[in-house]
Amino acid sequence: MKEYTYTEKKDTRSGFGAGLSELGKTNPNVVALCADLTGSLKMDAFQKAHPDRFFQVGIAEANMMGIAAGLTIGGKIPFTGTFANFSTGRVYDQIRQSIAYSDKNVKIAASHAGLTLGEDGATHQILEDIGLMKMLPNMVVINPCDYNQTKAATIAVAKYHGPVYLRFGRPSVPNFTPADQEFVIGKAVLLQEGSDVTIVATGHLVWKALEAAKSLHEKGISAEVINIHTIKPLDEEAILKSVAKTRCVVSAEEHQRHGGLGDSIAQLLARKHPAPQEYVAVNDSFGESGTPDELMKKYGLDTVNIIEATEAVLKRK
Amino acid sequence: MPFLYSNFGLLFIMSSLAQLTDLCQQVRRDIVRMVHAVSSGHPGGSLGCVEYLVALYGAVLKHNPGQFNMDGSGEDVFFLSNGHISPVFYSVLARTGYFPVSELNTFRKLNSRLQGHPTTHEGLPGVRVASGSLGQGMSVAIGAALAKKLNNDTSVVYSLHGDGELQEGQIWEAAMYASANKVDNYIATVDYNGRQIDGDVENVLSLGNLRAKFEAFGWTVTEIEKGNDLASVVDGLNHAKTLLGKGKPVMVLMRTEMGMGVDYMMGTHKWHGSAPNDEQLQKALDQLPVTLGDY
Repeated sequence: MKEYTYTEKKDTRSGFGAGLSELGKTNPNVVALCADLTGSLKMDAFQKAHPDRFFQVGIAEANMMGIAAGLTIGGKIPFTGTFANFSTGRVYDQIRQSIAYSDKNVKIAASHAGLTLGEDGATHQILEDIGLMKMLPNMVVINPCDYNQTKAATIAVAKYHGPVYLRFGRPSVPNFTPADQEFVIGKAVLLQEGSDVTIVATGHLVWKALEAAKSLHEKGISAEVINIHTIKPLDEEAILKSVAKTRCVVSAEEHQRHGGLGDSIAQLLARKHPAPQEYVAVNDSFGESGTPDELMKKYGLDTVNIIEATEAVLKRK
Repeated sequence: MPFLYSNFGLLFIMSSLAQLTDLCQQVRRDIVRMVHAVSSGHPGGSLGCVEYLVALYGAVLKHNPGQFNMDGSGEDVFFLSNGHISPVFYSVLARTGYFPVSELNTFRKLNSRLQGHPTTHEGLPGVRVASGSLGQGMSVAIGAALAKKLNNDTSVVYSLHGDGELQEGQIWEAAMYASANKVDNYIATVDYNGRQIDGDVENVLSLGNLRAKFEAFGWTVTEIEKGNDLASVVDGLNHAKTLLGKGKPVMVLMRTEMGMGVDYMMGTHKWHGSAPNDEQLQKALDQLPVTLGDY
């Protein structure tokens, strides 16, 4: 079994900030927009280094999405920055018409996604954003798992032409993926090989899936762990190959059960390789105020929940 | 004198206002024929904006219809925010050389590039963003204007909006941004016809003093009183251009008549989104004799 370690915990939003700063130096067409959350999005370094390429739009997210679409006409590669809630639900029609349908090369950088935003509570804890974005034709949806991967993803999406939703978060989480990794959009990462169950995780749940696999190993259960950083387009080949071997799946995500990664997996399996599946996801509920750890426990998104889901799905094989 | 380019790159000169007047009349014929053919579409606002779009594409814009490119580098670019008046947009684009005039025959039909509302999705030359869901075009135009500034491109960005469309909140987010950030390479125009689907704008949701509103938002506001008089529109847009580069975005409030040119479509909101039947079409065409040839 492969051992994963980390030297420090870091927030994924800082990975975005670092990636954006690097793009600022390497690609003069990259521009950034922010709706009054520059510090929260870690966009300050880019703003300071490239004031002419940074647009503070104020608390006006709909306008921000439209301006971003317009900036692409003239060859710019705009990154919009605000919380995931205000990056999706609040501006859905603007994204749909002016960006996705219009095939504009806009990168929607969405921080503070999910429950781990914490104390601000349910008004700000969007758990529907993956579903909203993956339903849009032409939209790529990415949810990296740690600082290094978020930085790599930020740099990778600038090289891809087309609209991208890049989702990340606020809390510090183990930074365990290699700093020099190559980020390939749509290519899943096999983290742990196993034969009894396939655990497919995205975002903050990836580390928890590795922890669960370790515990399961001690119980004599061999779990395969796949990091799905790109929810759309889904790496169908990687999932089907694994399920052909394990014949059951646990999906894990910081999102509603309806419409998230789990549903993408379920749809794939229903079409190509029916197999039992258990979800680790929020069960049709809003969040609430609390610390990130408390919330992940209360809403069933912790390591223990992945272990329980695995035990449940094994009984259905 | 202004230049126009033909469909296939042959250059010819619109030598007089009379020729653009003929173009206006032919565009009006196109509009009623297009919406009649598919029993759907929006003739009212289209007819009211004929002079604006003919003046813009025939006499004001610096553009290159034969070699359309999305970025519009070095060219003036236009965004139609009130996308439902696609018939007039398509007719003017076709007749100024963006795509074959015969393609107007495909409007709103299956597999057409001429969708009910304009889109880039089918690759129609001349369209740079989808519109139809209202209130979004000003933000997009501002973004394009900012890109031009970054690129040291001194050409101009234009947009057109319905007056009813100004009820959308995003317009005012954009209006606030444009003045605060001195977007002064941009001319927005409002089709101030006073009508929307449910009736008079004044009764549906009054815009109040529109000039004062935009002035309070930090714009330079100019007016075209006779938005259906071609010479007035050309003069008005040329005047608006003289107001650029002074640290403020420019707003043109253009008074028009919905349904202009077809007597029974004027003086009412009822032809906003209704197509004429066979008899009504004939009555409209009788008022608009052929000038440049039907598609």
